[in-house]
Amino acid sequence: MSGHDCDITLTVNGERVTERVDARQTLVDFLRDDLILTGSHVGCEHGVCGACTVRVDGVLVRGCLMLAAQCDGAHVETIEGVSDLGEIADLQAAFEKRNALQCGFCTPGMLLTAQELLARGGVPSRETIREQISGNYCRCTGYQAIVDAIESVAQTRAGAKR
Amino acid sequence: MKIVEDSPPILTALDRPNSYIGRSVPRPNLARLMQGRAQYVSDVVLPRMAHVAFVRSPHAHAAIDSIDVSAAKQAPGVIAVVTGAELAKVITPWVGVLTHLKGLKSAPQNALAIDRACWAGEAVCAVVARSRAEAEDACERVLVDYRELPAVTDPETALDPGTPVIHPSIGDNLCFERVHSAGDPDKGFAEADAVVETTFLFGRHTGVTNEPRAIVADWNPGDARLTVYQGTQAPHMMQNLFAKHLGLEEQQIRVVTKDVGGSFGIKVHTYADEMATVALAKLLKRPVKFVADRIESFVTDIHARDHRVTAKIGVKNDGTITAWEIDDLTGIGPYSVYPRTSGIEANQVVNLTGGPYTCGNYRARARVVFQNKNVMCQYRAVGHPIATAVTEGLIELAAAKIGMDPLAIRRRNLIADDAHPSQGPSGIKFEALSNHAALAHLDSMMNYAGLRAEQAQLRKQGIYRGIGFASFVEVTNPSAAFYGVGGARISAQDGATVRLDSTGAIYCHTGVSEQGQGAEAVIAQCVATSFGVSMDRVRIVMGDTDNTPYGGGTWASRAAGIGGEAAWQAGKALRQNVLAVAGSILQAKPETMDIRNGVVVDHDSGKERIGLDEVARICYFRPDTLPAGVQAELIATRHYVPRAWAFAFTNGIQASYLEVNTDSGFVKLLKHWCVEDCGTVINPQLVDEQVRGGVVQGIGAALFEQCLYDERGQMLNGNMADYLVPMAVEMPDIEVGHVVTPTADSELGAKGAGEAGTAGAPGCVMNAINDALRPMGAAPLTDMPFTPDKILRALGKV
Repeated sequence: MSGHDCDITLTVNGERVTERVDARQTLVDFLRDDLILTGSHVGCEHGVCGACTVRVDGVLVRGCLMLAAQCDGAHVETIEGVSDLGEIADLQAAFEKRNALQCGFCTPGMLLTAQELLARGGVPSRETIREQISGNYCRCTGYQAIVDAIESVAQTRAGAKR
Repeated sequence: MKIVEDSPPILTALDRPNSYIGRSVPRPNLARLMQGRAQYVSDVVLPRMAHVAFVRSPHAHAAIDSIDVSAAKQAPGVIAVVTGAELAKVITPWVGVLTHLKGLKSAPQNALAIDRACWAGEAVCAVVARSRAEAEDACERVLVDYRELPAVTDPETALDPGTPVIHPSIGDNLCFERVHSAGDPDKGFAEADAVVETTFLFGRHTGVTNEPRAIVADWNPGDARLTVYQGTQAPHMMQNLFAKHLGLEEQQIRVVTKDVGGSFGIKVHTYADEMATVALAKLLKRPVKFVADRIESFVTDIHARDHRVTAKIGVKNDGTITAWEIDDLTGIGPYSVYPRTSGIEANQVVNLTGGPYTCGNYRARARVVFQNKNVMCQYRAVGHPIATAVTEGLIELAAAKIGMDPLAIRRRNLIADDAHPSQGPSGIKFEALSNHAALAHLDSMMNYAGLRAEQAQLRKQGIYRGIGFASFVEVTNPSAAFYGVGGARISAQDGATVRLDSTGAIYCHTGVSEQGQGAEAVIAQCVATSFGVSMDRVRIVMGDTDNTPYGGGTWASRAAGIGGEAAWQAGKALRQNVLAVAGSILQAKPETMDIRNGVVVDHDSGKERIGLDEVARICYFRPDTLPAGVQAELIATRHYVPRAWAFAFTNGIQASYLEVNTDSGFVKLLKHWCVEDCGTVINPQLVDEQVRGGVVQGIGAALFEQCLYDERGQMLNGNMADYLVPMAVEMPDIEVGHVVTPTADSELGAKGAGEAGTAGAPGCVMNAINDALRPMGAAPLTDMPFTPDKILRALGKV
């Protein structure tokens, strides 16, 4: 039941936000309904599909399994913020070129999950890439194009470092 | 590195200068999807918008003796609590029948159940509140007095005299029956050297779109108009149905479809809770939003398959097929789904079994029965996965029985590529197929001989790998024969309107809609090529009944073949219009000129004559300088509907290579191949990705996906942790090849490609598993999904 409100102050995509939230409200509902950051999606609502993936203090979390009230003082990054900073511009370009998305509903979470792996550096095997994104369900692509796109970015980034 | 570079154009007739036909250009609408700036219906927020949640029946079958809403009405944030009887004053019930499926019957279905709930999950009361959370809270305060009734759950006994009839008003639990006989099946079986008979079971499964169904309905009494934002595949169909059942005129309804988070056939039907939502908006005179949560999706999104097919094949020792026979039984829930009906899948099973093979001795029966489970209807590749798995399963079982290679038996029986036009065993008409060419291509692409050698070698080491195949045909580009002839107001034709703007760019308004498959890109490719501009000068407008030509939408693999042809023709028509006025400006004959890359040029020399921006400037701002009597028409509309053939059948063949762990029962998919022929390939990458995505959905059916019910009609795994869908780590790489046989029914020659993967993959994987286990002496597995448990049972290990 409702009626237990919490005041939280946090940073979302670099902006300081102070809001009063229902204690039961999930982080993804807070982002979508209160901040109108609708790039994080609600798919399964119990931590399986990965559509609500966001970063909290640099760590990937499921926005449907974390409460907004737990984010007091946290730094939250969503697909909108990560896109605007240009951090994954090469990955987005590879997804576009390889058509690694169809309906796009899983894509924000997929991109953030891929970036977590890519940020470790090196060129992961296709098997490792497939393992990494197995918590992000895509119903459209069959995954191969996504694996191709991530692999190509890993190769390009590794080459650029040499 | 697997990034696909632009492939060279494979066409000649369509190879205009700077042609986009046959090129893997990227989709123009991806950036917003990747930046989190898409607009799915679940993202739509309107002023004064309220949210609805539904009280749903916990029982598969129950009388509703009373509903007490008094406590719910007092709950925080509640705007209205509405029962079925109250809502029935706003919206009329519907019956899902089509006249061309003779004898098909169903009962009236209401937006909210009145007096009786017929499946666990049927909505019985609506609560509208300021937020979804408050609406859900208040749902818990609605007291429904249910009286449980006997539930009909097993299709096998649905027609028994002792089984209760779900809808007494229609007499029995039989929704539809079709009996078909062609040639002389009895003679065929008598002439056979070997006969194989078995029963194939197909688990009930569903689409699991990542974005659940979502709708925002906005009734504005001031305009007397209803605007509905809906994740639907068929905006004009829904416009008609909302008008019909709300007592409005169609022009009072606007359906807007923006980004859609996956459809696969799930979002092309009438859902009671969505009809309730539009009725609530009308009743409350304000916007109302409904987004299904995941459990609601599982118990109300249409389910599909759930067929049990007893099937028989006769073959001679040389591999010649002599006869086929099938008896299909499917349970479709308590109502035939409106307006496409729940008889189509079984009808397709009868039509498609025997596929592209020459043997015409064929007997079939299909029965569709009611039951107290969630409704079933058309999902991606409707009927194809069943008919293909039955046909291809029988062929490989027969081949094993007579000791023949599975590709050799297909070569012997497939209709010859030069024998078309032809017809399949059920009488379905094929304009032109290329099954032999596809098979030959697959054979070399996968190095079949090499894989067989590897398989034999590994068996000596106790490693059990299997190779399975499935040839298939796929219904695409449906004519009015699919729905229109049966009385449904579902358009088979589609239109495109192309307009030159004041700077020389073009707008194309199309009746087909984007579900992620790339329709926007394909339409842009067609119109850019036929008109003569680069794709960045094309703006596509779709998914809006106020602003697009009347059309059918996106289903049955029709968007590219039908919508693309309309756009192609509209672009050509506008080119003629522009060249006519350019001719007036330049005092030149229009037929001596062309439009290339945004410029009017001399046709033969390619010499630049005048830019489109200049033509547009003169026509829009200085028409006074045009010769007297010249009126520029800078907009053109064209429509297209297939006429020569009921359907543009595509064809192809798939192969699966997999390894079965005979201790754990797990299947590891090693590789999958598909060679398909969708006619002219407008965008090779998009076609390949449709095939890959489709194959993986078919693999889901073969290995993982099943809506499990208990005998009381309760769904047991209505969440994404327990209902398994394919994950990345379990899926193989999929190699796609093409044979190109354009349809002569359109200038473009494109057929559909959206369902071929799903059509063939389940049977193909089944055959590969049985090929792997055959040397172990395992009984053939024919009961999808093939879980580790079933595999271990077949091996006698549990």
